[in-house]
Amino acid sequence: MLTSESLKRIDREIAKYPADQKQSAVMAALAIAQEEQGWLPSEAIECVANYLGMAPIAAYEVASFYNMYDLRPVGKYKVSVCTNLPCMLSGGVDAGEYLKQKLGIGYNETTPDGLITLKESECMGACGDAPVVIINNRRMCSWMHPEQIDKLLAELK
Amino acid sequence: MAILGAINPMLSVGLDGDNAWRLADYVKRGGYTALRRILEEKVPQGEVINEVKKSVLRGRGGAGFPTGLKWSFMPRSFPGDKYVVCNSDEGEPGTFKDRDILRYNPHSVIEGMAIAAYAMGAGRGYNYIHGEVWEIYQRFEEALDEARAAGFIGNDLLGSGFSFELFAHHGYGAYICGEETALLESIEGKKGQPRFKPPFPASFGLYGKPTTINNTETFASIPYIMNLGGESYLEAGKANNGGTKLFSVSGHVNRPGNYEVPLGTPFATLLEMAGGMRAGRKLKACIPGGSSAPVVPAATMMDCTMDYDSISKAGSMLGSGAVIVMDETTCMVKALERLSFFYYEESCGQCTPCREGTSWLYKVVHRIEGGRGRSDDLELLASVTTNIMGRTICALGDAASMPVQSFIKHFRDEFAYHIEHRKCLVPVDVQRAGSGFFTATA
Repeated sequence: MLTSESLKRIDREIAKYPADQKQSAVMAALAIAQEEQGWLPSEAIECVANYLGMAPIAAYEVASFYNMYDLRPVGKYKVSVCTNLPCMLSGGVDAGEYLKQKLGIGYNETTPDGLITLKESECMGACGDAPVVIINNRRMCSWMHPEQIDKLLAELK
Repeated sequence: MAILGAINPMLSVGLDGDNAWRLADYVKRGGYTALRRILEEKVPQGEVINEVKKSVLRGRGGAGFPTGLKWSFMPRSFPGDKYVVCNSDEGEPGTFKDRDILRYNPHSVIEGMAIAAYAMGAGRGYNYIHGEVWEIYQRFEEALDEARAAGFIGNDLLGSGFSFELFAHHGYGAYICGEETALLESIEGKKGQPRFKPPFPASFGLYGKPTTINNTETFASIPYIMNLGGESYLEAGKANNGGTKLFSVSGHVNRPGNYEVPLGTPFATLLEMAGGMRAGRKLKACIPGGSSAPVVPAATMMDCTMDYDSISKAGSMLGSGAVIVMDETTCMVKALERLSFFYYEESCGQCTPCREGTSWLYKVVHRIEGGRGRSDDLELLASVTTNIMGRTICALGDAASMPVQSFIKHFRDEFAYHIEHRKCLVPVDVQRAGSGFFTATA
């Protein structure tokens, strides 16, 4: 069920590991599948498992262990904000509250139009840039004070 | 600018331009000369390892284990595959130095890994990069392409007969994968759950083969050690604490960011470099080595120098060099509550004391913070920590316990006040002002 473009990308990942260690590509393959589908339905996990020649339950274990995989549908944009201590000291928690108020939703909720899902996140390794948010696991935005958050939300509309 | 400030730097020299991360720029500032010399002169493997030993480079990931000694654990005559693995899974709250090394100086890591591979006879390597820094991962992949095209990695490096293939592996959000054996499990395509040690990775590592895992900054330091000589590198720091180190300064300072200074630099100097305390407020406490390190009260901290031995004497750990600065607007109960939630969230669930214990640590600190604390809660917390520590496969259980013990030890009055008065000693509006969310400009 994955597109040939996604499978090609997965092949490039498989090539990084010894020939008898295809399973090593499962994290990248799941990330690619999620990028294509927006989240990870069981069918996508099973498809990845079959492609890599591993048991579907083993791929599911990986998908459910690492917290950047979404096992339930999310909005078009997943906005994750770090509230861990170093970020909290520089406004991470406030940024989360500001986002909640602007979007009218809480953490792990999606706006009624399906546009934005808000997530509270653990350390992103960018504490010097606090407050920090990440869009769809890919794009990191630094120093997100009210003005910058307003700008970001306007852009995501 | 990549690094906000430095004293006698090595790693962060010449990183100002937009293309500093490119191969051409790295070569222009002396990059790959160490690897080239070693390959051309066929320097014996033992000599390379000895140079690293002489430098007293200590692991920059947190444990501070001597790198040269670690390398010497790898079996020399092992007939099959051997691996070197770089741990760039930087997720310890407060730490953000590896991100900048990979962003601005990725070839130093590649060269360091190639030299390490040569010294230990490893033919293949992986760099495991933190999930949340996708852009950094992409850049590292590009840097690998450049290095491969120039013959610094791949088959028959620079015609020497030595081959080393290096790849990047992208994590996907699990703090525990910073633990070296969890990281290996993760590369193997499994849940990142730590393995029992022994056997250590040097005998049973990736795919069951001899493997050495070092931190990003550790590998990045290798070319500089080879060029300078181990002794000069050691002298750049202080006895038993060789070289310079990147410190990630976060929290209540005017200029959070990375600073490269010689080990042994006074904390007061580092604080000054980071622009001093935000709004001129008073320092209350500091976590000097990432969230897992015990917190140190202001007065003790101001007397410390930034090196493994001084911080250890102050009852904490230099760890990864993540300096979390807290001023008088900080509620220590709330600070601990957030850290305890982190460990509860990130415990891999494998060992019962950690899985259940981190949950209880969070629940109890949470109820104290919420004004529902009980009079014996501090004793309860102490008892939970002692029942976690030393009873788990990896160090996450200890890492979750040490903040709890140290916060209560040094700020017991504040916890007691919370329990008795069901509110914060530091008024909530004062705490909010401390974050600077509405007042700071980007």
